[in-house]
Amino acid sequence: MSLTVFAMTGASLVGLGIYGLLALPQLLRRIISFNLIGSGLFLFLGAAGARGEAVDAVPQALIITGIVVALAASALAVGLVVALARRSGLVVLPDEANPR
Amino acid sequence: MSLALDLALCGLILCVALGAVVGRGVFRSVIFFITYGLLLAIGWARLGAKDVALAEAAIGAGLTGVLLLTAHGRLRRMSVERAPRVGPNPMAATTGIAVALALGWAWFALPAPTAPDLAAALPLTGMGNPVTGVLLHFRAWDTLLESIVLLAALLGVWMLARDVDWHAPLGLRYHARPGGVLASFGRLLPPIGLSFGSYLVWAGADGTGGAFQGGTVLAAVVLVAMMAGVLPPPRVAQGGLRAALVVGPGVFLLSGLLAVALGMGFLTLPPAVAKPATLIIEVALTVSIAVTLAVLVIGPPDDKEPVR
Repeated sequence: MSLTVFAMTGASLVGLGIYGLLALPQLLRRIISFNLIGSGLFLFLGAAGARGEAVDAVPQALIITGIVVALAASALAVGLVVALARRSGLVVLPDEANPR
Repeated sequence: MSLALDLALCGLILCVALGAVVGRGVFRSVIFFITYGLLLAIGWARLGAKDVALAEAAIGAGLTGVLLLTAHGRLRRMSVERAPRVGPNPMAATTGIAVALALGWAWFALPAPTAPDLAAALPLTGMGNPVTGVLLHFRAWDTLLESIVLLAALLGVWMLARDVDWHAPLGLRYHARPGGVLASFGRLLPPIGLSFGSYLVWAGADGTGGAFQGGTVLAAVVLVAMMAGVLPPPRVAQGGLRAALVVGPGVFLLSGLLAVALGMGFLTLPPAVAKPATLIIEVALTVSIAVTLAVLVIGPPDDKEPVR
């Protein structure tokens, strides 16, 4: 029962992250939303891996790999956001600035 | 009782995640995200995945938090144009809800997976911790490629440096007030972090821990020491830094090639030497992970923007 609770939490986090990624223009907040999608999927996968008789170590190892790769991707994304802001003074994508 | 605890925990996780997405202000969003990482780590501990809990707390909440907070401060100092206010977005909400519902449906519709029996194969690896066994033996390919992905991300970050800054020390210049909180913690925390990080790597063979968790704690030590001005930040062209970045993937790759030369499969470790060989690979990986994560978080060399 608890596993179902965690899996549904993971599914909701993915939905919330997708909303943030699509709806929020500020790029740092998009990076946060992207991380929510990732960790929501990890939670879902981890709950699924704990469903059998014994806790499965393979999804856990995959999730640890995923967490590290998510940090690397976030660092690259943050670097791009800072470079964009330094160059153009924008914290949103150029075609989303000042919508009319 | 435990169900009530899990329900409350998941409710809290969802609330802080909601705060991070819809809360006003980027700073608030970042703080909510750090809290979210810590709560999620408790969730992982509840699921019995202690190694993941450590990784989430150290990487998800810790390093990502430092990364986002630093970036937020830099964007604010650049006095960039503020992001336009947006109202609720029905299209995005529909998409998000649809994906969440589809995932929820998959949970009930798909058959329960049967875990492969690692207990029989684990003694071959010489490891007592199944997660470490999977990471360094059964799925060694993933781990090798992951350590290379980290290097690729670092190359991407460094490519964002301006030409004039290329030979400057990495990251921003920090000035810790002498006797201030940062300066004191910069001297107090490193010895504790060094012991704890090394312990996590050593303990990862048989208990909770591992190269990634230990490496992250060591990366945090390096970061604190650099921010407090105790450790001078390295330069891109420094040979020692470059050697530390590649020693982990290098040793891992060499061990894999050695196995091929000895007539076994790529990345196969014979059971007789599995334990010492794994330890050597883990230590080399830890050095590379710690240094790579630390320099990923401090960012490309940047000379023109002093921080107070």
